[in-house]
Amino acid sequence: MEFKNRDIISINDFSKEELLHILKIVSQMHNKPKANMLKGKILATLFFEPSTRTRLSFTSAMEQLGGQVIGFSTASVTSVQKGESLWDTIKMTEQYSDVIAMRHPLEGSARLAAEAASVPVINGGDGSNQHPTQTMLDLYTIQRTKGRLESLHIGFVGDLKYGRTVHSLVIALSHFNPTFYFIAPDELQIPENYLDGLYQKKIKYYKTSDLTRFSKELDVIYVTRIQKERFPDPLEYEKFKGVYRIDESFLHHVKKDLKIMHPLPTL
Amino acid sequence: MAKRKAKNRKIRKSGKSGKKIRGRKTFPSASKEDAKKELKISAIDEGTVIDHIPTDATFKVVEILNLENHSGIVSIATNLQSKSIGKKGIVKVGGKSLTQEEVNKIAIVAPDATVNIIKNYDVKEKIKVKTPDIIDNVVKCSNPVCVTNNEKIPTKFYVFKKEPLKIKCHYCERSMGKEDIEII
Repeated sequence: MEFKNRDIISINDFSKEELLHILKIVSQMHNKPKANMLKGKILATLFFEPSTRTRLSFTSAMEQLGGQVIGFSTASVTSVQKGESLWDTIKMTEQYSDVIAMRHPLEGSARLAAEAASVPVINGGDGSNQHPTQTMLDLYTIQRTKGRLESLHIGFVGDLKYGRTVHSLVIALSHFNPTFYFIAPDELQIPENYLDGLYQKKIKYYKTSDLTRFSKELDVIYVTRIQKERFPDPLEYEKFKGVYRIDESFLHHVKKDLKIMHPLPTL
Repeated sequence: MAKRKAKNRKIRKSGKSGKKIRGRKTFPSASKEDAKKELKISAIDEGTVIDHIPTDATFKVVEILNLENHSGIVSIATNLQSKSIGKKGIVKVGGKSLTQEEVNKIAIVAPDATVNIIKNYDVKEKIKVKTPDIIDNVVKCSNPVCVTNNEKIPTKFYVFKKEPLKIKCHYCERSMGKEDIEII
């Protein structure tokens, strides 16, 4: 399996075999990190949008593997403020780095960056589209905590319309014969195009706005924040914030070995 | 006798490219008096006839070909009866032959259309349009936060279902149906 110089833009670009191979390598490195694997290599972190975990995890990983990191964490300190195109920003950055990790508010920006760059590009989130490395991490977490990925009953709660981690994870888990439970108000339900994909793959799914309706069925519940920044109208946000709470009373209605996941931040 | 033959030939030619359309056929519920009236789309000697356009896409074809600014003859008919697609539109353009790019664009809004190339009142060539697998820089992405709507780059879509048309943006991965399609 060849991964050299490959971009990581969308979970759609990875087959089941490739995902399983990545999880196998992650597990090996988790147990035995290779300190100098990336010595002499430079990672550019281009974060045009705020991030805490994604940027720090890329930085930490690069440094643990012996590499160095350059970059910025807000677009306001870059030439983008002067009107520089994304293409030009990337062409300039590739001169200084061996790999680029990027977050950008525009959907498809990572794909465009990968076309511009001769070095590999890792998508750290492009608007509400994709966040593939988060998905790989989520798969790894599920595999580690449940001991398997196949035939799980997985609930997604919260903002399923704009939540990119949900979209990517639904696609990735579709390789493993799951049953999905989409728990959200109608206005924030999973977009139809993802359901089309599930229908084609004959994957069972249920849609509800009631958090407790299927709670006894679930092996994993993946809770997401209602994202204020994705709402064009602040009043709409006020309507939905805090609509679902995972508290002690909820835990009376679940399987004993239910795993609760959250990509953070929690609000 | 010879004169009559020549006349018939002329009518036949006109029928090929011109598709004389009688009011009775087009408006089956018309009154007797109306039935006497004829709706004609005149034949063209040189140019292109685009036939079998879904009736609601007729003006999209006009837009795609930028016929508002065309200096030659342009005839447009909509809501005509069609055995194959129910109601159809026809667009005739005098003095214009289509580029492959224009034919590809038409295929997106009118997948069953035929493009007839007319020379000397006769159909010289009949091309069935074909929906391409990849649509390059023809359609605008309906997602306002797609990078293609914010940076100066050409759009690209993959056709993943031809009937009814469903396409997916190469960049933002958003799916679009026929109703969302806006031609650049």
